[in-house]
Amino acid sequence: MDQSTVKTKRFDRFDLSWGFWVKVALMALINALGVYGLLAAWAAESYLTLAVVLVTLIIADVIYFSRRFIPAKYLFPGLAFLLVYQVFVMGYTGFVSFTNYGTGHNSTKADAITQILAQHQKRVPGSPTINTTVVEKNDKLSLAIWDAEKKAVLVGNMQHPLTLVEGAKANDKAITEVPGYQVLKFADLVKRQQEVAGLKAPLTDDPNDGFYVTTDGTKGFLAKSDFRYDEEKDELLDTTNNVVYQPNGEGAFADPEGNTIMPGWRVPVGFANYTNMAHGSDLAWPFFNALVWSFIFAIFSVVSTFAFGLLLALVFHDKRIRGRKIYQSLFILPYAFPAFLSTLVWKGMLNTKFGFINEVLLGGAEIPWLTNGTLAKVSILGVNLWLGFPYMFLICLGALQALPEDIMEAAKIDGAGPIRTLFSVKLPLILVSTMPLLIASFAFNFNNFSLIYMLTGGGPNYPGASLPVGETDILISMVYKIAFEGGSQNYGLASALSILIFLVVGVISYFGLKRSNAMGED
Amino acid sequence: MRRGISIAAISALALTMAACGSSDEAKEDTQQPAPAQSAEGDGSAVAGELTIWADDTRSSQVAELSKDFTDKFGVKVNVVQKSESDMDKEFISQVPTGKGPDLIVLAHDRLGSLVSNGVVGTVDIADKAKDFSEAALSGVTYQGQTYGVPYAIENVALVRNNQLSKAEPKSFDEMLAAGKEANVEYPFIVQMGDKGDPYHFYGFQTSFGAPVFKQDDKGSYTTELTLGGEKGEAFADWLAKKGNEKVFDPAITGEIAKQAFLDGKAAFTVTGPWNVSAFREANMDITVLPIPAAGPEAAQPFVGVQGFFPSAKTENQLLVNKFLVDYLATEEAQQKMYDLGKRVPAMPAVAAKISDPDIQGFSEAGKSGAPMPAIPEMSAVWDFWGITEVDVVTGKQQPKEAWSTMVTNIENAIKK
Repeated sequence: MDQSTVKTKRFDRFDLSWGFWVKVALMALINALGVYGLLAAWAAESYLTLAVVLVTLIIADVIYFSRRFIPAKYLFPGLAFLLVYQVFVMGYTGFVSFTNYGTGHNSTKADAITQILAQHQKRVPGSPTINTTVVEKNDKLSLAIWDAEKKAVLVGNMQHPLTLVEGAKANDKAITEVPGYQVLKFADLVKRQQEVAGLKAPLTDDPNDGFYVTTDGTKGFLAKSDFRYDEEKDELLDTTNNVVYQPNGEGAFADPEGNTIMPGWRVPVGFANYTNMAHGSDLAWPFFNALVWSFIFAIFSVVSTFAFGLLLALVFHDKRIRGRKIYQSLFILPYAFPAFLSTLVWKGMLNTKFGFINEVLLGGAEIPWLTNGTLAKVSILGVNLWLGFPYMFLICLGALQALPEDIMEAAKIDGAGPIRTLFSVKLPLILVSTMPLLIASFAFNFNNFSLIYMLTGGGPNYPGASLPVGETDILISMVYKIAFEGGSQNYGLASALSILIFLVVGVISYFGLKRSNAMGED
Repeated sequence: MRRGISIAAISALALTMAACGSSDEAKEDTQQPAPAQSAEGDGSAVAGELTIWADDTRSSQVAELSKDFTDKFGVKVNVVQKSESDMDKEFISQVPTGKGPDLIVLAHDRLGSLVSNGVVGTVDIADKAKDFSEAALSGVTYQGQTYGVPYAIENVALVRNNQLSKAEPKSFDEMLAAGKEANVEYPFIVQMGDKGDPYHFYGFQTSFGAPVFKQDDKGSYTTELTLGGEKGEAFADWLAKKGNEKVFDPAITGEIAKQAFLDGKAAFTVTGPWNVSAFREANMDITVLPIPAAGPEAAQPFVGVQGFFPSAKTENQLLVNKFLVDYLATEEAQQKMYDLGKRVPAMPAVAAKISDPDIQGFSEAGKSGAPMPAIPEMSAVWDFWGITEVDVVTGKQQPKEAWSTMVTNIENAIKK
């Protein structure tokens, strides 16, 4: 064996083809991204993310740098994305649905306490703005203030109330020198902004006497806080009237009479969001109405668009029709337009007084297309038919073209007329191939938020109803209203509703697809 | 293969290092102090930068203003454009995670919900308070605490097409009569839409003595509803009557009202400065007047205060204070903000220098106005209020009953 053969063999074994280098480059990129993610998660102290990224990264490296795990090489990217975009999102939504996350309860208890204390810290009325400076000793910050009466500089911080410092130098603009301390410049302060902003120099040991704070390091004033938090007892004291506020178990501090102080914080509430839907008196019936209407809307939309699309497909599939290519392209137009935009156009056309339909087509008849409950539902179904039939037309046309000619011949020989052929031969065959698409279309329409939102906005609202939910609201638009509209948000309740919608669509799709499979196997 | 692995691993590592290295460099870059001098003039440059959220119409103005701030204080400012309708919701959900901006530019009526969510920080402007108008200050004050610095006041007013009428009507009926003399399609037009528009209708409602919430002696809103009762029902009756006469119509949306006025089809309209600039651009001859009273009392439109509000969790507390107190609360910055945005300034001293008749007209119309309530309870009001107005105008519901049902519904919604 001579040198060259060994070399070629080696070359084969290590497979240094361009494909290998592409793989190396890709993996390097993925690793770089992964490590960046790790560092970012570390910096944000988000250790769960860190763990997930680390595990994913290790698995990716093991899978792609090994010669084994061939199926995993294909499955891994899909699985990773499934985890991030589906499983995690669903899990998180489920988690939120068991909390009171929403207006006034959107953060942690520690945040809420900090914020309540800050909101109730006010300048003592009439207290003048004085010169202050931030000083440092052994890396600890203190606040130095210029006392105009005593003509002296006082220094203090949370641990040590203000005390006089002899020999400090100050002019009318600023305190320039404090013996024993280092005076910080603005640029140094900016680096420790959080510390400076939290700096308090109490007058005495009793915090009720007030404390000096600074807003920008160079100026300060005497402030007082109306609230004090007792860490051991876990209660807030309102020092103006000595009322004690304790956590009420629902994520807020409350006084004995039940008055709460906002902000509160997020707490788990168990199944409360779910039970509210069933027998929270004012949520139950809008929920029920929206549920029924969602089904009617989705089913009718699928059936009507399919029926109309099929009819057109049957007609324009016939080779005897002249210029059918032109018609076919025309029918696809509504599909080619962004639905979002055409819905808006329809909204304009259906305006009671100025809409094209009323003004031009109906000669000035002021029909309240979008403001009467029943008519609004009809309008929605109509507009959705217009938006949806081209898609059904396309798939039916495709399905018709795929039908084998010999079956039609056989039907003809057996003596079946065109109607009989349609219902007994063509339709069942078309349904087999389109059923999964019809189920997908049902799921899509069940959550067709943009149509409802752009066309009627869920309106008209029920006159005198206690929730601003409208007659044409489907579940998903109702979720949107609860979660985001108005000023008060309830993400917990909205998540619970989303989970329910997911269950409904999931169950229907499961049984629907199962059935269509069964039909296919016949 | 073994060598394959090590080669790959080494290259991967090298690339990672390169990636980290570059990202570190990038970080250092941003932290590098701006070259300008700091305000103290001590020559030391300032590290750090500010992020401000503003909506699509204001972000360019704020960006211009920020350049000026950067020149003066050497602090870089990033202005991020957000959608007007949900920037407050985004702010509420992002601040607790520490990701939000340092400052947000908003109308003050969202302040209450920001406060009750604990996402907005406090500001001390006691020393500069006297420079601002009372209305502007009350807009950024909530339960006795100051949360921001105002820069402009905004309210609707009556806008007259001078080619169609020269009247200066004191009452709604006078205005209608003057409009009818002009012999156009709409003597008076105001936007409504199928969800109602309590904001544009508020002046008429207050002239019946039915403001939305009760104000205490300090002018702060309480949660006690005052839009119902006899006075409120009188307003509802009037709405039904005018609806019957087709003066109000839910088919008239903001766009339709604006276009009709632009086309000279309407003698009078109630609208805000945002549309008046469009009328000016179309070279219309218009005059801005106070809103005429429909009932026995004076018409008080809502006055909105535009301001800069700090995040509760900003890491740049000192820079934020520098921006708000040492920069924005000066006449110079307020004048600049006026030049950029053309809204009634929050400082009377700046407002006094303005010669633009439209701005003066809005300022005059807003003098009698009432600040928009910032209490979170307000969010429970809008939907019911607007829909009920529509139902009354279209005759779908009887005015008195509709109005009292609405009050009950709002009360229940507030209790929750």
